[in-house]
Amino acid sequence: MSIHPRSTVITGIGIATPSGFGVEDYWSATRIGKNAIGPVSRFDATGYDAKLAGEIADFSAPDHLPGRLIKQTDRMTQLALVATDAAFEDAGVKPGDVDEFDMGVVTASSAGGFEFGQNELKRLWSQGSQYVSAYQSFAWFYAVNSGQISIRNGIRGHSGVVVSDQAGGLDAIAQARRQIRKGSKLICSGGFDASICPWGWVAQQTNGHMSTSDDPDRAYLPFDSAARGYVAGEGGALLILEDAEAARARGARNVYGEIAGYGSTFDPKPGSGRESGLRRAIELALADAGLGPGDIDVVFADAVGVPELDRDEAAAISAVFGPYAVPVTAPKTMTGRLHAGASSVDVVAAVLSMREGLIPPTTNVTLAPEYDIDLVVGYPRTASVRAALVLARGIGGFNSALVVRGTP
Amino acid sequence: MSQEFTLTDLKRILLEGAGADEGVDLDGDILDTEFENLGYESLALLETGSRIEREYGISLDDDIFADNLTPRSLLVAVNRLLPQSLPA
Repeated sequence: MSIHPRSTVITGIGIATPSGFGVEDYWSATRIGKNAIGPVSRFDATGYDAKLAGEIADFSAPDHLPGRLIKQTDRMTQLALVATDAAFEDAGVKPGDVDEFDMGVVTASSAGGFEFGQNELKRLWSQGSQYVSAYQSFAWFYAVNSGQISIRNGIRGHSGVVVSDQAGGLDAIAQARRQIRKGSKLICSGGFDASICPWGWVAQQTNGHMSTSDDPDRAYLPFDSAARGYVAGEGGALLILEDAEAARARGARNVYGEIAGYGSTFDPKPGSGRESGLRRAIELALADAGLGPGDIDVVFADAVGVPELDRDEAAAISAVFGPYAVPVTAPKTMTGRLHAGASSVDVVAAVLSMREGLIPPTTNVTLAPEYDIDLVVGYPRTASVRAALVLARGIGGFNSALVVRGTP
Repeated sequence: MSQEFTLTDLKRILLEGAGADEGVDLDGDILDTEFENLGYESLALLETGSRIEREYGISLDDDIFADNLTPRSLLVAVNRLLPQSLPA
């Protein structure tokens, strides 16, 4: 019997972001640094502090999903379901190809079906409880994507949901890898959020970290001296993860990369003066992957755009890798922060970087002199990417780090 | 004025509350097709029942859909609860 743990590989990708729907659209915009941030159009944001967002244009759920599902789902779930269909297609797997108990689903969401919840609360308040949809019983819930994906695709194996804000997209993938190590053959995993609605906006504004700029090219500037917060966006990515042996056995046509390492930590109490947990998360992920700092060819930063948090992140990266020692990028500057969706999108960007040998740029940013990191600004950079580190931090103190590497 | 709950009303309420599955033609002959076979599970029927209640100002028993598995049977049961029309 082998003592090596099973290896988990990415065999299918479904992605829905402001920069594009589907791998080709997303990557063709991202690789050249095309900005997808613009004025909020989904509601009138003039009275709110934050007026810009990364919105997914031209998504019409009825084009992709049956009427019965539309009535019972939030936009977030609709995006996740359509991305899941795309991921299965990309993986070349049809429900039924794999035993239903050998497949699972683990998703992350930081807000759940917020807009659905908003509409039902409006009815409760203005018309009365008998006007609240029966579907409110689950449509708003954090776990709804795992539930709907499993029902639609006949998945009955180990499943779950994680809620850790932006870190969730990595935490879900890590949990999927644990399930595969325990014997599952295939897990659908990723993060999604979509709450560009008044309730979502006021809830987010309370964190004080949203950019109030109304200039799409100057609003979200992580690691820049002009950093003034983040712009929120919507979307995410759904990955088909498989046990490498099982993928090989079925002749999987796409193997984008291996989930090689993962680490997560929690920050100390604010004001304690102790170092954030991010550096330790990075070290745990590298150790888990069996790689040293010199083996990592690019870091996808969390890049929140809040000066004290940027400082923390740059310090953690420099502490592990050394000053200016590894290229760092944040393509989410083009989409805004997708919360739980962002980090799974960054995992996609990381494997596409490996595939093409090109690091997408951090857009609009001029690196502040105080940060000693090699930020890829302005233009994409060609590079041989064999292993990438993806970082994500969630509001509340979550730090996660994930290593992806190419498969031999 | 008399009020009647018709198949047209039921179809509208089903569509507004729960939508319709592809492959199910609500305009076909559905009077004796069980709701389950039309793609409506318990939650969809709960939503449908609550919409009928608020639109017609009546109260339905919790087991209304357990006792009435088809549109025809439901129409009869709901109409029995509606106020009877008075002679002109």
